[in-house]
Amino acid sequence: MTRNRIVVGAHYGWRDWLVQRISAVVMALYTLLILGLLLWFGGLDYDAWKATFASEPFRLATFVFMLSLLWHAWVGVRNIAMDYIKPVSLRLTFEVAVIALLVGYTGWTIQVLWGGI
Amino acid sequence: MAALDRPVAKPRPVYLNLFAIRQPLPAIVSILHRISGALLFLIGIPLLLWVVQRALASPDAWAQMRTALGHPVAKLTLLVLAWAYFHHFLAGIRHLVMDLHIGMDLPAARRSGAFVLVLAVVLTLAVAVKLW
Repeated sequence: MTRNRIVVGAHYGWRDWLVQRISAVVMALYTLLILGLLLWFGGLDYDAWKATFASEPFRLATFVFMLSLLWHAWVGVRNIAMDYIKPVSLRLTFEVAVIALLVGYTGWTIQVLWGGI
Repeated sequence: MAALDRPVAKPRPVYLNLFAIRQPLPAIVSILHRISGALLFLIGIPLLLWVVQRALASPDAWAQMRTALGHPVAKLTLLVLAWAYFHHFLAGIRHLVMDLHIGMDLPAARRSGAFVLVLAVVLTLAVAVKLW
């Protein structure tokens, strides 16, 4: 039975399905927060932008949003890879590259949010 | 039912050419959900990080970023990404609602699919007006 397992599959669980949905809800809530801020400030200028990001709770909320976005992107891109890239070696290479990119984006996010402090 | 009792199968096409089949509306919403997601991954995420980084760096960097985004190609990119975000957002909400077993029958799914398609385009047009 275990011999039939696909190395580059979805790992047979509903975890990814659930992650996709929970991260979607987190991102939708953050989107509403941003919309609210835009309405509150009546647009965007440098000072309003800077003041918003000076708030630690806002930075943390943004970080949670970005982690949701990056994890959500992983589930989606992996689904696409499972549909269109059939050879295991190619798919594994592609998936590793995507993971590396997403981990890099996580580092970039941390740098943007806390690098200037 | 025994195998012999089955009615004779009608002749069916032996291949599935996606371009020869007329796609039903929910299928169009679905493939656009995938395409918009791919666009957001490929262009949206790095652009978002770059914009936020520039916007927080200094007043000069903010101004330069605004100028760069004012370029016609940048505006067009932003417009495409705006559509991708709206479509992906709305189609995603539609999925979440369906996960709650609401709107599962075909007429309702067609209606919500059309609603997603149209609203995403309307919101994109609003962004276009704002950008130009």
